[in-house]
Amino acid sequence: MALLQISEPGKSTLPHEHRNAIGIDLGTTHSLVAAVLSGEAKILQDEKNARLIPSIVHYQKEAILVGNEAAKQLANDPTNTITSAKRLIGKKLSDIQPDTTPLKLVNQDQLIGIKTNQGVKTPIEVSSEILKKLSAIAQNHIQDEICGAVISVPAYFDDAQRQATKDAARLAGLHVLRLINEPTAAALAYGLDKKVEGRFVIYDLGGGTFDISILQLSHGLFEVIATQGDTGLGGDDYDLALFNWLISDLDIKVEDPKIKQALISLSKKIKEDLSQEYKIEINERLSNEILIKKIITQAEFSQLTDNLTQRTLKAIKAALHDANSTIDDIDGIVMVGGSTRMPVIQKAVQDFFKKDLLNDINPDEVVALGAAQQANILAGNTNENLLLLDVTPLSLGIETMGEIVEKIIPRNSTLPIAMAQEFTTYKDGQTAMMIHVVQGEREMVKDCRSLAKFSLKGIPPMVAGAAKIRVTFQVDTDGLLSVTAKELSTNTQASIEVKPSYGLDDEQIRSMLEDSFISANEDLEHRALAEEKMGGRQLLEMLKNALSEDQKLIDKDEIKLIDEAVKGLEMALQGDDRHQIHEKIERLNDVTQNFAQARMDHSIQKALSGKTLKDMEL
Amino acid sequence: MAITLTEKAAHRVEKYLQSRGKGVGLKLAVKTSGCSGMAYVLEFADQIDPQDEVFESHGIKILVDPKSLIYIDGTELDFTKEGINEGFKFNNPNVKDSCGCGESFTV
Repeated sequence: MALLQISEPGKSTLPHEHRNAIGIDLGTTHSLVAAVLSGEAKILQDEKNARLIPSIVHYQKEAILVGNEAAKQLANDPTNTITSAKRLIGKKLSDIQPDTTPLKLVNQDQLIGIKTNQGVKTPIEVSSEILKKLSAIAQNHIQDEICGAVISVPAYFDDAQRQATKDAARLAGLHVLRLINEPTAAALAYGLDKKVEGRFVIYDLGGGTFDISILQLSHGLFEVIATQGDTGLGGDDYDLALFNWLISDLDIKVEDPKIKQALISLSKKIKEDLSQEYKIEINERLSNEILIKKIITQAEFSQLTDNLTQRTLKAIKAALHDANSTIDDIDGIVMVGGSTRMPVIQKAVQDFFKKDLLNDINPDEVVALGAAQQANILAGNTNENLLLLDVTPLSLGIETMGEIVEKIIPRNSTLPIAMAQEFTTYKDGQTAMMIHVVQGEREMVKDCRSLAKFSLKGIPPMVAGAAKIRVTFQVDTDGLLSVTAKELSTNTQASIEVKPSYGLDDEQIRSMLEDSFISANEDLEHRALAEEKMGGRQLLEMLKNALSEDQKLIDKDEIKLIDEAVKGLEMALQGDDRHQIHEKIERLNDVTQNFAQARMDHSIQKALSGKTLKDMEL
Repeated sequence: MAITLTEKAAHRVEKYLQSRGKGVGLKLAVKTSGCSGMAYVLEFADQIDPQDEVFESHGIKILVDPKSLIYIDGTELDFTKEGINEGFKFNNPNVKDSCGCGESFTV
C-alpha cells in the first residue's frame, strides 16, 4: 500500500489529489532534487543514497550515463564526457575559450554543439539528460504523478539562458512551474521570509557561477533589491588557478586531454583538501615525463586566487551601491554553493562585512531545499501566500529616432511587470513603425544589446505626431519578455515574444553595467547631440512642406534669407557640434517667424471667409 | 482495542513534531473518498477536541474522533522504507479491500 506522510491540520489532501511537485537545483558541477514530505523539505537520494548528482553526462555509442557513472568515464574518455554544460547553455561558440575544455565544440545553428559518440549534442540536450535523471530519482520516491518542478537558475541568467533551461526541462518531460533565482531559493530555505524585517546579502559561489543578491524583507514579504554576478566565475576558476600553478614549472606542454583531465581532477582535490588542512604535499606521477612534486599552504592558495576573491568582493560593492546600502544596513549574509566552504572565502566575506555568516545549512543543498518549498506552494499544497519578487537584471527599452534608447522598464524592477509608453510618428503620412527592443543601461542603441525587431504596419496616414502608438513591455515571473505595439485609433497591433537571441553572457552584462557608470557623461552628450540633430531635421522637413504650400505668402528677400538659414543648418547637421546645430536652429526659427505668422493669418482668413459675423457669434 | 505506533513510527513523529516546533500529537481519521471508498487522514494536531479519544503510544498522543475509530480501531501505525521511498503505513485489521495504490480502502 501507499506510504502516507503527515499533513498540517485540516490540510489533508484527498487520495490522488495531493499534487506532488519537486525542486531542482541544476548546478554547474552538481545537481540536486528535493521535495516537501510531511511538511519538511528534503533532498531526495538516488538508489545509492547519493544526494549530490554530478552534472556530468557521458555519451557511449549506445548508452547515455549520467551522474557518478558518467564521472567515472571522465579520465578515460574526456571528449565524450560532458561537464559544466551549464556554462555553455544559451551561448555562442565565440563566447567560450575552447582551450579550457577537452570537449570538441562546433558551431550548430548559432549555438554551441558538442561532438560526441552519439553525434552533435547541444548543451540543452545535455542538461535535459541530467534533468531526466533527477526526475527519475524523484519519481522513485514519490511513486505518483509529479505535477511539476521549480528549477533554480542564477539571478544573472539572461532571457536566452532562462529559455534554454526551460527547453531542457521540456525535453526531459518536466513541466516547469517556475524558474526561481538561486539566491531567492536560498533565502527561502533559511526561512528568512518568516522574519519580520531585514536586509540580507546572499553570497553564492558555486562551481561555475557567482551571484550576489540583496534581499529586503518587510512584514514577511521579500523583494530582491539588487543583483550582481558573474557566470564566468566559480570554484572551477580556483581549480584552474591551481592547474596553472601545477604546470607552471613543467617543461613540456600538456596537450593530451587525459592528462589535462587528470590535472584538473588533481587541482580539485588539492582545493578540497585545503579546506580541511593548512598544508598539502603533492607527489603525483601523471606520465613517464610528468612528475609533480610540490607543496602548497592555505596562505599560498589564498594569494594565488586573491584576484578571484577580490572579483567577488567588487561585485558585493556594486550590489550595495545599487541597493543604496552600506555594510551597516546588512542584517545577515547567507553563504550558498559548495565553494563557500573554502576558508579563503569565509574569511574574506566575514572580514568585508565584519559580521558572522549564515552557513549552517549545507551550502550545496540550500538552493534545492528552497526550490522544493516554492514548488510545494505553487502546487497548491499549502495555504501559504508567498510573494516572491524577482527583478530585471538590465533595463529594457526601444530605439527611438536618432538611435536613442527610450527605457521602458528600468533595471531592478520587480517581476512580473508590465509598463507602457506612447510613441508617435515622425513623418507625415507614416504608415509603419519599426520597434527595436534593446536591453542595457546606455543611452545609445549601439551600446546596448539588441533583443528583437518587429514592425507595426497599417497605421492610418496622419500628420507627424498625430498617431498614438502604445508600446507595452511585459516581463513574466520567469523573466521572459513580450512586447506589444498598438495604434490606438484603429487598434492595429503587432507583438513579439522575445525569443532567445543566444549570445550575451553575464560577463558581458557585467561589463555593460560598468560601461554605463563610466560613460554616463559621455552618453548624455551623445543623447543631447542626437536630440538636437533630430530636432533640426524635423524643422527642415516641416519647413519644406510649408514652403511648397505657402511660398506665395512671403517676398523674395525673405525666401532668400530662409534659404541661407536652411543651408546653414544643413551644414551644421553634417557635423557633430551640438552647440552649432542649436545655434542654426535658433537662426532658422528667427528668420521664419514672419512666414509662420503669415501662414497662421492666412489659414485663419481661409477659415473665416464666407462666414458672417452672426455665424461667429453663435 | 486501541491505536498504537511502532517504535520507529513514534520516533519519526517525535522528530517531525520537534522540527515543526508545535503540536500536541498526531490525529488519525478516515474520510469517505478515493477510489475504494474511504481514505486515511494523517495530520499533526495542535489541540485536543473534547470528543476525541486519546491514545498514547511510546510517548506520542494519538487523537481519533469516535466516528473514525469504528473503522480503524486496532490499527498499528508503522514507519517503513520501501526501496528508496519512505512514509507511514496503516496496519488496519478492519480492512477488507483496498484500491491498487492503497490510498483508499473498504471495511
